[in-house]
Amino acid sequence: MANILIIGESNGDKIKNVTLEILGKLSGQNLDVAFIGAVSDAMTEELTKYGANNIHGLTAEKLENYSPEGYANSFHSFISNNNYDYVFSGSTSVGKDLIPRLAGMFDAGMASEVVSFTMDGDTFSGTRPMFAGKCLAKVQVQGPRPHFITVRPNALGLVDSPSAGQGNKSETTVESGNIRAIIKEVIKGASEKLDLTEANIIVSGGRAMENSENFKILQELADTLNATVGASRAAVDAGYAPHSMQVGQTGKTVSPSLYIACGISGAIQHLAGMRTSKVIVAINTDKDAPIFAKADYGIVGDLFKIVPIMTEEIKKIL
Amino acid sequence: MNIFVCVKQVPDTETKIEPNQDATYVETKSVKWIMNPYDEFAVEQALLVKASCADATVTVVRVGSTQSSEALRTALAMGADQAIHVEADDNLDSYTTAKALRAAIEKSGNEPDIILTGKQAIDSDCLQVPQLLAQTMGLPSVSVVVGFEMNENTLSLKREVEGGALEVYSVSSPCLVACNKGLNTPRYASLPGIMKAKKKPMEKHTLSELGVSESDRRIVYSDFHLPPEKPPGKIFDATEEDDQEKITQDVVNLLRTEAKVI
Repeated sequence: MANILIIGESNGDKIKNVTLEILGKLSGQNLDVAFIGAVSDAMTEELTKYGANNIHGLTAEKLENYSPEGYANSFHSFISNNNYDYVFSGSTSVGKDLIPRLAGMFDAGMASEVVSFTMDGDTFSGTRPMFAGKCLAKVQVQGPRPHFITVRPNALGLVDSPSAGQGNKSETTVESGNIRAIIKEVIKGASEKLDLTEANIIVSGGRAMENSENFKILQELADTLNATVGASRAAVDAGYAPHSMQVGQTGKTVSPSLYIACGISGAIQHLAGMRTSKVIVAINTDKDAPIFAKADYGIVGDLFKIVPIMTEEIKKIL
Repeated sequence: MNIFVCVKQVPDTETKIEPNQDATYVETKSVKWIMNPYDEFAVEQALLVKASCADATVTVVRVGSTQSSEALRTALAMGADQAIHVEADDNLDSYTTAKALRAAIEKSGNEPDIILTGKQAIDSDCLQVPQLLAQTMGLPSVSVVVGFEMNENTLSLKREVEGGALEVYSVSSPCLVACNKGLNTPRYASLPGIMKAKKKPMEKHTLSELGVSESDRRIVYSDFHLPPEKPPGKIFDATEEDDQEKITQDVVNLLRTEAKVI
């Protein structure tokens, strides 16, 4: 059995799904979770249900906002005082930036953004996409412990009936150390919705959207499904949508349970970024568009006609 | 001022990727190589900083195979002053790559004021080297940067996070900045630029000259394989206006009852 730390994340009281996905998947190991900041009773209950034994709230100075150095120093001091074989985290904005820096402090290896893995005794073996998902490879970590692993959100899924852990909560004061890159301001994004990389449903538009104004009809469909809106590179390069919305090899790689591609032909670099979606719906006027080869359900037709009908139909049943 | 830009050379985004024969990496023989697209923003940013400083030198550093020197030639043609090529396999892990980059930068004898990189390489997709390099060199870093302003030696950087929100950082040089698409518009290399690039200095090192060895490897890859193909889906023809409502209804019902995703 391995001693494992999961670096948890939450939005306020709401624990990120990926934290719970990792916990559930590692059921049976000796599992601790650590957060920066206080851990509420509601969070403790949820984490215990998913198998956490020890739940640590780390408090340190100057960590009201994320800080690459401050977070890394804090977790470094915490992990150094414990005996972990593995440190897991979601491959989120924070995880992607923090974990490599933290792994470097231990001269330890890190497997990035795995989509599945096994623990054989205390040996980790994972699978991760490369070339934006055009191919997959088996990944193993060697060298000094702990070994670091980030997991793609939505890839593992939540386990249906997790086995509960002990759920001992404690607060630990740590040192955030010398912080040189300091956040002065946070500017809100265009979307208050879940990020594309964490979204359960995505509605995406391509060049056929013709302009940014037309993305409204996708937004309406997305609102009825509680989905996040994405875009193809063609739409982003044409100025119809910001790069933060781009799905593909030079944008975001996503794995939602439902991906609705509207007016997207399906360039190889776009397909790479969304092919792991569980169910794909394509709407396109060109019946020979490559996107139809990847679609579970394809509608050959004009998106400007089909999308509003779809929005109405979904409103009827939800 | 010494500006270093770390670039990687990767297969063009249109490339069809196939595992090699023993599945230890991908087949690279007939690949068209390009500079990693995110690194173009780093090179451009370095040139913009250079244009606003009296005595700035832009050095591009690359760790990778000798199959092609496209990435470094492109950076020099865009306007970088000199290049360092560390000869190595294309499938080094991030830890080894960061160690080699650090050694190459230190060997140049120039203390970096700013190190620029792309936010990720689009081949291995690890997103590790910028942070590892900063950490091992004792520098602060800001990643996924879409806004860059410099006033004396203070930088104001916008980092893009979830949902397109921006964190605005203040940091003094020396520091490392990992660039995202949207930061600037990379220039094309001009013909005179391409001609001049041929005469610009390019240092070459091997990994062993830099004190990097196989024992630095932390990540072992194997069993490269293609993702499983999906069985063909259900395609409906709704080009006739009369069919559109019925077909859309049917698809919504299938999503509900068959796929069970809504």
